Amino acid sequence: MIRLSIQARQALARLTLPVLIVASFAMMLLGKADTLLAERARTALADGLAPIYAALAAPLGDMHNAVTEAINLWDMRDENARLRDENEKLRRWQTIALALDAENQRLKASLHWIPDPDASFLTARVVADAGGVYARAVLLSVGPNHGIRKGEIAVDERGLVGRVTEVGSRTARVLLITDLNSRIPVTLETSRAHAILIGTNGPRPRLLYWPEGVVPQEGERIVTSAEANAFPANLPIGAVHYTGNGAPEVEPAAMLQKLEVVRIFDYGLTGVTAPEPASRATPGRH
Amino acid sequence: MAYIDRRPGIRPRPTLGRRLDIAARSGFPACITILLMLLTKAPLGIAGQTTLLPAVALCSVWFWSLFRPESFPPPLVFVIGLLLDLLGYLPLGAGVFTLLCVHGVAMALRRGLALHGFLWIWLVFALIASAASLAIWLLVMLLDFRLLSPRPAVFMAVLSVAIYPALAVPFAAAHRSVANPEDA
Repeated sequence: MIRLSIQARQALARLTLPVLIVASFAMMLLGKADTLLAERARTALADGLAPIYAALAAPLGDMHNAVTEAINLWDMRDENARLRDENEKLRRWQTIALALDAENQRLKASLHWIPDPDASFLTARVVADAGGVYARAVLLSVGPNHGIRKGEIAVDERGLVGRVTEVGSRTARVLLITDLNSRIPVTLETSRAHAILIGTNGPRPRLLYWPEGVVPQEGERIVTSAEANAFPANLPIGAVHYTGNGAPEVEPAAMLQKLEVVRIFDYGLTGVTAPEPASRATPGRH
Repeated sequence: MAYIDRRPGIRPRPTLGRRLDIAARSGFPACITILLMLLTKAPLGIAGQTTLLPAVALCSVWFWSLFRPESFPPPLVFVIGLLLDLLGYLPLGAGVFTLLCVHGVAMALRRGLALHGFLWIWLVFALIASAASLAIWLLVMLLDFRLLSPRPAVFMAVLSVAIYPALAVPFAAAHRSVANPEDA
């Protein structure tokens, strides 16, 4: 170490903070100049931390389950009665659904309908929250050689969760439909009108740009639209809900607050994925 | 982070074990801060969990800059800020700048605040946390070039102030025991 006089050392110590503050401004400029830099650093950090989070996920999940179990035991009686009612209702719906499905098959057969291609999917565990104060996203732990690409679609057991925006060697980041940057082409199920679902960072994304003459109805189901070739048609998203000041929002069907496992679907769509400089040469999967 | 013992008197010889002990004690604030920050990203299933990360970072930087600045030099604050930016998906530099400012203010107010008790320090921290939340909010808007609702910033300030005692009490205990190089 270089030997310095006490005065020089004190002066240096006093200079560190201002110099670092200037460095932080430089970093802001750097982050603006090269947006991929931050993305790459984040992906590398997430890849490094993923094993820790994956190891933590199991005991945390157990703890969670124990708590919910305790709560469930408390009101098991009511829950049982409610489930019996619901079961009754669902059985009625099941017969209707089966009848409709059979009819649908017959009609499609007589129309020589071209069937939709089956999508391949992977199931991955949510290991960490990849959002922040001003972002909504989750981090998935996926094994090496996972083959997940940007723009693939994440779905939980109830509905659309979001899209893959960053892919690392062991992790993938899924931008939720509630994020401020999320824009999804949707269809209103009863009127078949197109609209755009816009995230606000709040729990319910907003519905905008529906055509004139159509009004989204309270409780109307919202599904994805195949427009722009970014999503397959008819993935359930949620139901319309009007806020106090009359703006339509969508209550997501997916449980975005407590995601545990999501499925990543590859529909082979490349609609609005930003071109990646690093993997421009990769051919499509289909 | 180098700890220089300036007290007069006779000490035990600086053997390897003792030096390791001193290093571990000096490194405690940094390690606990980073560990807590990583822990806030684990899937705990708490509503509003994303705000815990900046809140924990703010509390830690404030506490350790006030009470053990020799273990919490500016370069370490820079690294913690960078971690906050990367883990919290803030624009690069926003967290770094804010935490460095918090550190600077803590260093400036150190002598004055040392005379006062916990409540007074908490009160000043409430002001600092509000200013820091405002700074991050403004920087995110400036760097992402878009208007944002001020609600997350308010929530961040409130959460930081609310969790400060929960962190400061164990930190204060650690400050007197495991994080104290003079005990080595």
